[in-house]
This record gives sequence, structure tokens and C-alpha cells, in this order.
Amino acid sequence: MRRADAFLALLLALAALGAAAAAHARAQARRLLPEQEARAELVRRLDLTDLCLFTEARYTRHPSQADRFAAFQDHPVALEHFPSGSLVPPRR
Amino acid sequence: MRTWLARQRSLLDFALGSLWRRKGKNLALTAVYALTVAAVASVLFFTGALRAEAARVLAGSPEVVVQRMVAGRHDLLPAGHLQALRGIRGVGEIRGRLWGYFHDPTPQANYTIQVPDRFWGEEGQAVVGQGVARARRLAPGSPLDLVAHDGSTLRLRVRELLASGSELVSADLVLISEADFRRLFGVPPGVYTDAVLTVRNPREVSTVAAKVAAALPDTRPITREELARTYESIFDWRAGLSVIVLGAAVLAFVVVAWDKASGLSAEERREIGVLKAVGWETSDVLALKAWEGAAVSLTAFGAGVLAAYAHVFLLGAPIFRPALQGWSVLYPQFRLVPEVGPYQLATLFFLSVAPYTAATVVPSWRAATVDPDAVMRS
Repeated sequence: MRRADAFLALLLALAALGAAAAAHARAQARRLLPEQEARAELVRRLDLTDLCLFTEARYTRHPSQADRFAAFQDHPVALEHFPSGSLVPPRR
Repeated sequence: MRTWLARQRSLLDFALGSLWRRKGKNLALTAVYALTVAAVASVLFFTGALRAEAARVLAGSPEVVVQRMVAGRHDLLPAGHLQALRGIRGVGEIRGRLWGYFHDPTPQANYTIQVPDRFWGEEGQAVVGQGVARARRLAPGSPLDLVAHDGSTLRLRVRELLASGSELVSADLVLISEADFRRLFGVPPGVYTDAVLTVRNPREVSTVAAKVAAALPDTRPITREELARTYESIFDWRAGLSVIVLGAAVLAFVVVAWDKASGLSAEERREIGVLKAVGWETSDVLALKAWEGAAVSLTAFGAGVLAAYAHVFLLGAPIFRPALQGWSVLYPQFRLVPEVGPYQLATLFFLSVAPYTAATVVPSWRAATVDPDAVMRS
């Protein structure tokens, strides 16, 4: 087998895996839709405002409800001391 | 056309043979390149999926939240403010919310304690999120003791756990009755944490928010649009987590590209010289080098994107978990709905394949345009 053919076969295999991933994505989206709708319903029912991603500090648990100067809320020129504070940029 | 295809196939053959002669270096390069693409693609897929999740799930969040500010800090909202809000034209329903944070010293975790608008349990009962249940090993019927503001113990019994599929919004929630909430935090009757209101005409939300701020100058209204913007900025690929990973990946890529662009190895220059001497045109050499670059970058791109998809959507992004978890004890277990669009793939492609191929071709063009004799002697 020529090297070029082997390489094209490799590219085809990668493309086939890509197509499989796309099919998986569609199937997952269909399968997880009821769970997502249940989350949206809970948000409506409980008047929730934020995703529960970072529970370590007030302003990372509810970034949308935090002060605009969240990182410095403890006292002026306070250093940011929570790791997720480096992932959550200030509110715009 | 057939001739052209046969010619390109032969050039690709030759390019792969040339790469294979330095297989150690090229395989290592492809592996590192694929890892770089995988790291960047993982961030794009993960943040893209979280952004889509936030947009869909938080679409039902309150239209306007009204907070009271005292000395620049969020403060409790008196019931009188609710009356004042009722007088504003365009405002529909108004509810005072009761919620707060509770640090539980046993698992060292922070909970969000909230009173639902219509709590379906009784006084003395709690409905808890899965994260809280894991941290305290709770099941329906378990006792849940919390230390109240005055040092006394508030004894609750778990009525039920919130569904595990809802962890992304509810992992740290403890839902209790209003009486229990006021006892736990010592919040007197007639005050609320904040208020939520609906707006009769959705197009008037910003007008109503401005009226709220004018009628009650000590309050800060937060609209649903602002809330969505917050999540767009958190998961924006130009901010936060993305900047950290992208910065590292781009630096790594710059090192590789700089190494390539700053010149070819003596062996590569001699190879180009020999090809020119045996009658190859400059365009043939360039086509050969473009195929070499494309072979490495296409393989790395394909493998990197697939690895990123598997990492984020099959394995649940375990590499990001420590970064996202930070110091939190409670972390939701969630499965993201895959969201991979052509925009993300095109961004990745042009950030990886195009610059690498250019970095391969440009120095070769410089070597291929000089006299073969000089190239071989240098």
C-alpha cells in the first residue's frame, strides 16, 4: 500500500470518527433534553438566578447577584483569594 | 485532472516519506500539536456547552431582581419596598425572596438556603440538593441539624432530595420553610433578602428597571438580560478559563512555529537543494512542503478535536474539574448537552492548521528560491 493511500485512509478514519461524534452529539442532545427541561422548570419554580458551578464564595456562587466590585468586597484593595475568582471575570 | 491528482498523490507520497525519515521528531511534534489542539478544543467545547446550558436553563429566571444596597453592600429589603414597587406602572407580580448562604463546618461546605415561593414541605422539613446530600450523607428521612444564628440547633428532617439531573442549578440548595429560615438566620418578619418582579410587557423591562432605580434610589435592579450577559462573559472564549488555557497553548504553538519559521535544519536545506538540482521546480518544492505541513496539522487537528470531544462529552471534562472546583467542597455532577458548531471548528482550524502550514511553507520558499549549489554547500 502506498504511503499516500495509507494516510488518506487515516484521514477517512478520523472523518468517520468525527461523523460518529456528530451522531453521538445529536443522540445525547435528544436524550438529555428532558433533564435540561427539568432544570429550566426548577429555575422557574424557585426563581433561581445562577448555575451552581462554584460554591466556594458568595460572588462565585451567584456571580449575577454579586457586587460589581465582587473581588474586593471584603475590604478595599483585598486580594482575590478564591481559585475560581480567576475564572469568573467581573460583571459587565 | 487525473494527471494533477496523480501528481499530488506522488507528492504526498514523497512528503510522507520525508516525514518518516525523521519519524521520531515528527511523531513527537504531531503528538504535542494534537495535545495543544485538544486543550484549546476542550475549552471551546466545554465553555460553549456551558454557555448554551446557561442560556436555555436561565431563560426562566426572574425578569428583574431588586436588591437593597446599604453602604455599597447588599442588605435586607423591607416589606415597605415591596409596596413601593407595586406602585410602579408596568410591574406585574412581586415576590420577596428569602435566601442566604450557610457555612456548614462539618463538611466545610457552603450551602444556599432558600425559601421557595410555595414550599411543598412542612415546618421542620428540608428538601436538599444532591451535593448537600453527598456532603452530609443524607437520604429522605435523615435528620439535618444546622447551627442557628444564636448558637441553638435547628433540627430539620430531610423530606426529599432534588432530582440528580438538576444538580447544575441545585447541588448546594437546602429548601426550607419561611419560619425555619427566619429562625436559622435571625431575619425578623417583614424583611426579605431581595425581591423578584415580573414585567407585564417584556419589551419594557429596562424601562421598568430604570423606574425602580428612580423610585427606590437605595436599590439595584438586576434584569434577566444582565444575568444572561454575566454568563456570556464567564464562558466567553476570550475570558476566564479560556484565557488561561489558550494563553498556554498559544505560547506552546508560538515556540513550535518560531522553531519552524526561524529556519530549516541543515538536512532539510540539503534535501531541497538536491531536489532543485535534479530538476524540481520551486512550485514543486513548495507543494511538497505544503503537503508535509498539511499531513502533520490535519492529523493533529483531527486527533485533537476527537480527543477533546471524548474528554468533554464522554468523560465529563475530568481535567477541568479541579480548576472549576477550586476550594469548593460541593461540586455538581452533570452531563453537558454537546454543543459543537461550525463556528468553533472553523476557529480551531484557522488557529491551528493555517498558521502551522504557513510556518512550514515560508522558510521552504526562502530555501527553494536560492541557487541549489549554494544551498547544498551552506
